[in-house]
Amino acid sequence: MSFTQHTPALVVGIPLLFAFALPLLGKIHEKIRNGLAIIGMLLTSATGLYLAYQVFATGAMAYVFGAAAPDLTIPPDSGGIPIRIIFSIDAFSAFMIVIISIVGLMSTLYSLATEKLRSGQADFFALLLLLVAGVIGMVSTGDLFNLFVFLEISSLAGAALVAYRIDKGLAVEAGLKYALISTVAGLFFLLGVAILYGQYGTLNMAVIAQNIRLSRLDIIALVLIIVPMAMKCGAVPMHMWTPDAYSRAPAAITAFLVVSSQAGMYVLFRMFFTMFNLNLNTVTFGWVVIILGVLSMFIGVTMAIPQKDVKRLMAYHAVSQSGYMLLGVGVGLATLGNKELLDACGRTAMIGGIFHIMNHALYKGLLFLTAGAVIYTTGKRYLNDLGGLGHTMKYTMIFFIIGALAIAGIPPFNGFASKFMLYESVFLFNPFIAIIAIVVSILTLASFMKVFHSMFMGPKLPQFSEAKEVPASMLTAMGVLALLVVAGGIFPDIIVRNIVEPAVNALLEQSQYIGLVMGAK
Amino acid sequence: MLANVPFIAFALIAIIGLATMIMRKNIIKIILGLGLLEGAVNLFLVALGYRQDGIAPIFTNAPSTKMVLPTVQAMALTSIVIGVATMALLLSFAVFIYKKYGTLNSDSINRLKG
Repeated sequence: MSFTQHTPALVVGIPLLFAFALPLLGKIHEKIRNGLAIIGMLLTSATGLYLAYQVFATGAMAYVFGAAAPDLTIPPDSGGIPIRIIFSIDAFSAFMIVIISIVGLMSTLYSLATEKLRSGQADFFALLLLLVAGVIGMVSTGDLFNLFVFLEISSLAGAALVAYRIDKGLAVEAGLKYALISTVAGLFFLLGVAILYGQYGTLNMAVIAQNIRLSRLDIIALVLIIVPMAMKCGAVPMHMWTPDAYSRAPAAITAFLVVSSQAGMYVLFRMFFTMFNLNLNTVTFGWVVIILGVLSMFIGVTMAIPQKDVKRLMAYHAVSQSGYMLLGVGVGLATLGNKELLDACGRTAMIGGIFHIMNHALYKGLLFLTAGAVIYTTGKRYLNDLGGLGHTMKYTMIFFIIGALAIAGIPPFNGFASKFMLYESVFLFNPFIAIIAIVVSILTLASFMKVFHSMFMGPKLPQFSEAKEVPASMLTAMGVLALLVVAGGIFPDIIVRNIVEPAVNALLEQSQYIGLVMGAK
Repeated sequence: MLANVPFIAFALIAIIGLATMIMRKNIIKIILGLGLLEGAVNLFLVALGYRQDGIAPIFTNAPSTKMVLPTVQAMALTSIVIGVATMALLLSFAVFIYKKYGTLNSDSINRLKG
């Protein structure tokens, strides 16, 4: 028994262990509490990154809970079906785990400073670790019911964190909306899973993918599964909870909620590519995803422009940016059945879309953290009340500029790298959609110019004469994310070749995922 | 026909739950509608797993080795536990909303908009 074999279990087990230890041990002393929070998250991130390294270096991993050996997916006496809960971690899961590890660590680091003088911190960090555990579980599991459980863990922990600082009831209102909508969505997801179980007698995604017949019930189950997931990732007709929850949650939590939404997107893509793949009418469903993406992009950015609350504005941009990812992968799905078209533009569009997931998590996290820093020092969140902060908060201003230019897709930053791939390939697929994508990018830049000008520019305001730079741990968290944003813009080829391309291939090769559990055919 | 009764009951309860959530204004009632929906899905799960003359997989008592895999029952149990957690969280939100806003009417809980 070696440690390296058990990383898939540890990466969920460690945050769960620390989450339940924190409210108990945190009572002893506040240093112990803070120490546990940061050590728990550090260990989780380190294990997550190591697991991702294992997967990228040696190929996908299956981990069976409770079996004689962790890689014994099919017990000898089961008659050829896997009966235990299996974690199937392929390159796409590993890609998501990298994002979760980085953003989760930075959120915790940032929270240590912002929550320093407030009550109930032990439970706050416990919930944050639970949220991390839930999101990691969602992207690593290969079992549909297990996925539902992790989905509910992440929704409930997320909603509780959104409402945690009651904020005159406003945060509770946002939390109530988020919890109510995601629970209804979760129940529909469970119904879809039950329909699939009724037909195939198994919950393992690989087994279902192998036997899928695409009966009418399968289509119903698919719709019952993908609609909640589109809701979870905030695609436009189901986006109403995003601005409320993102704007009222503490900044560090918002940065991580972005990642938690992307886990919903992971499940969406997993359903299309791994479970159904070419059995489905990929052109129709591809266009459904593309239309969701285009609507999200356009409506998100047009709703963002008139906003006056800085975090609400950024939340609408988050909706708009998730449209790019849906667009890229939607083009990949629509061209899946056509080999020539897939090689010509579909694959590049998917690489762009998946790469954008990572870039978005980094620069959007950075932007929410800078907005949080401004609110932390000034106590004001409306753009009309802010101004002249560039004189006192130089580092925050620089980080904000990096984030804003990255989200608008300006060259030396990572947003440009993924958006350029998307423009190029989507233009070959359908020029009209590529033009919409570029227009949305320009509107994004315009909107962030407004935010930049009203927050940082102008003369020093008398009411902010006492304002000073935020504490070092907040600056570190923002600095690391900013550094990664710049690195992603300067060396996109290294990231694309080593992380993004394996993830895209893992999605496209359905047989690999099945072979991981069922053994190679 | 008789075998379909649980599924018809599931559909009825689920529709009543959804209708409650959509048509009622009081958030406690909305949350209870969610509870109905949850119960309906659990009923669906258990009904799905029922096998005529099925034997529970308790090795010492089973007359033969043909037993029913109790996956859906386990799923329903887990889902009930999750439902309790959800209910507790949502009702505690309702308490806070009432404390801060002084109302439970969902028409007046609309301070976040735009």
